[in-house]
Amino acid sequence: MLIKLPRSSECKAPEITPEGIYLSRRTLLGGSLAGLALGALPGMARAAEASRYADVEAGKAPGWFNEKLAATQWQAVTVKGEAVTPFKDATHYNNFYEFGPDKGDPAANGGSLKTEPWSVVVDGEVGKPGRYALEDFVKPYQLEERIYRLRCVEAWSMVIPWLGFPLAQVLKQVEPTSRARYVRFETLKDPEHMPGQRSGFALIDWPYREGLRLDEAMHPLAILAVGMYGRELPNQNGAPLRLVVPWKYGFKSIKSIVRISLVAEQPGTTWEGLAPDEYGFYANVNPTVDHPRWSQARERRLPSGLFSPNVRETQMFNGYADEVASLYTGLDLRKNY
Amino acid sequence: MRYPWLRLVIFIVGSLFPVWWLYEAAMNLLGPDPGKIMMDRLGLGALTFLLVTLGMTPLQKLTGWSGWIVVRRQLGLWVFAYIVLHILAYLFFILGLDWGQLAVELRKRPYIIVGALGFVGLLALAVTSNRYSQRRLGARWKKLHRLVYVILGLGLLHFLWIVRSDLREWAIYAGIGVVLMVLRVPAVSRVLPRVGRRQRRAV
Repeated sequence: MLIKLPRSSECKAPEITPEGIYLSRRTLLGGSLAGLALGALPGMARAAEASRYADVEAGKAPGWFNEKLAATQWQAVTVKGEAVTPFKDATHYNNFYEFGPDKGDPAANGGSLKTEPWSVVVDGEVGKPGRYALEDFVKPYQLEERIYRLRCVEAWSMVIPWLGFPLAQVLKQVEPTSRARYVRFETLKDPEHMPGQRSGFALIDWPYREGLRLDEAMHPLAILAVGMYGRELPNQNGAPLRLVVPWKYGFKSIKSIVRISLVAEQPGTTWEGLAPDEYGFYANVNPTVDHPRWSQARERRLPSGLFSPNVRETQMFNGYADEVASLYTGLDLRKNY
Repeated sequence: MRYPWLRLVIFIVGSLFPVWWLYEAAMNLLGPDPGKIMMDRLGLGALTFLLVTLGMTPLQKLTGWSGWIVVRRQLGLWVFAYIVLHILAYLFFILGLDWGQLAVELRKRPYIIVGALGFVGLLALAVTSNRYSQRRLGARWKKLHRLVYVILGLGLLHFLWIVRSDLREWAIYAGIGVVLMVLRVPAVSRVLPRVGRRQRRAV
């Protein structure tokens, strides 16, 4: 109920509240929301995990997911003093061009995607290549809840509780050879169920491709996610398997992965191929390097109300500088954007 | 005043959309980023009004009805009104009223520069849209108001440079714009009244 109050009533003029007070207001709100969610717990036995967060739409999770959920390590990584984005916003404001160019398209069209059965191909410079059924692929790993900031290159951001496991664990399992220097990811190509891939006006050369340097991929913050908000991933958020790299712009966190390849050379990635002067291979969140079409110094933390715009300074590496900055010592981040 | 009802209907339609969008935003129906959506809709609204405005002359030629020309000025002023709101939304919701940043954007971003040029053009047309200016400028008035074709080009370019991955929507607007321009090519515009007469006779 709290969340439905019009945000416009909160603030009469666009005046800037000191950050400390602002953050404590959020904590207060978050706390009372969590209280509400907890209060609602006894009534719903099966939806217990989902109702860790307010207004989470129940999904139809596959059996393997429900089994894994029981052993989940909740709140393994959290974000201090920042409220989690409402589920509705995180699932109805998406960039997933396979389902259309507008923010609402993925939620509207994502239903057509078939995520079961799903298989993932691991190939390239690995000791154990193969095609894995998704349930076998995820079997060895314990799910962890990682609450991360997500910063889109379009200058908006959210805070999302993912469920997943470190990519490093997967990579160790498949035994990269000494020639492996990069990891390349590929999204499903399925024009029949992905209307965006049928568009004659799309500039993207499907399938969507992304990549990481091997040491980036091995970093403990980089995860493969299978769920969010205590449930399996909704299709519009990249079901059934996606990458989450919180210190990079959102487009690096590739969705609906069907192929993971270890390679020797830096792989070509979709947006870099489309506009190399706008989207680099690294795409680290960096307030000092602008996108040619807009500034990256600040971001709109969503939800951002009409009369109380929630605009904040963007942090270096999206606030994960302490953890990841050492990956890039000696690298000119202006050139390697 | 001729065709008062038609003028009133256009006035109501023009003012209804922003009011409706504001209501949607206030009721949290626009999603988590309503400021951006408002700005986008106002921009598209302005482009739509511009295309409708440019459709009036060909329609008049085709149908022979003078009502189309009578409402042309009001339609043009709606283009201006929507663009003013579009820019206010940009300043308020996207820039957060950061004037220093605005100076940077106006220097560095081609699509902002093109959009700003389009606005300056529209401003000139809006300011001279009254009878007094028409009298004072005389023959030059018509020349000045041909600027609207340049503004259409700037608007479409501004729109094109915002497109990230799918050209469909842009292609529709641009396609209509091209048709409206082709209808102004003398060879084409000369035959329009004849085509209209033949159609009416057939009916």
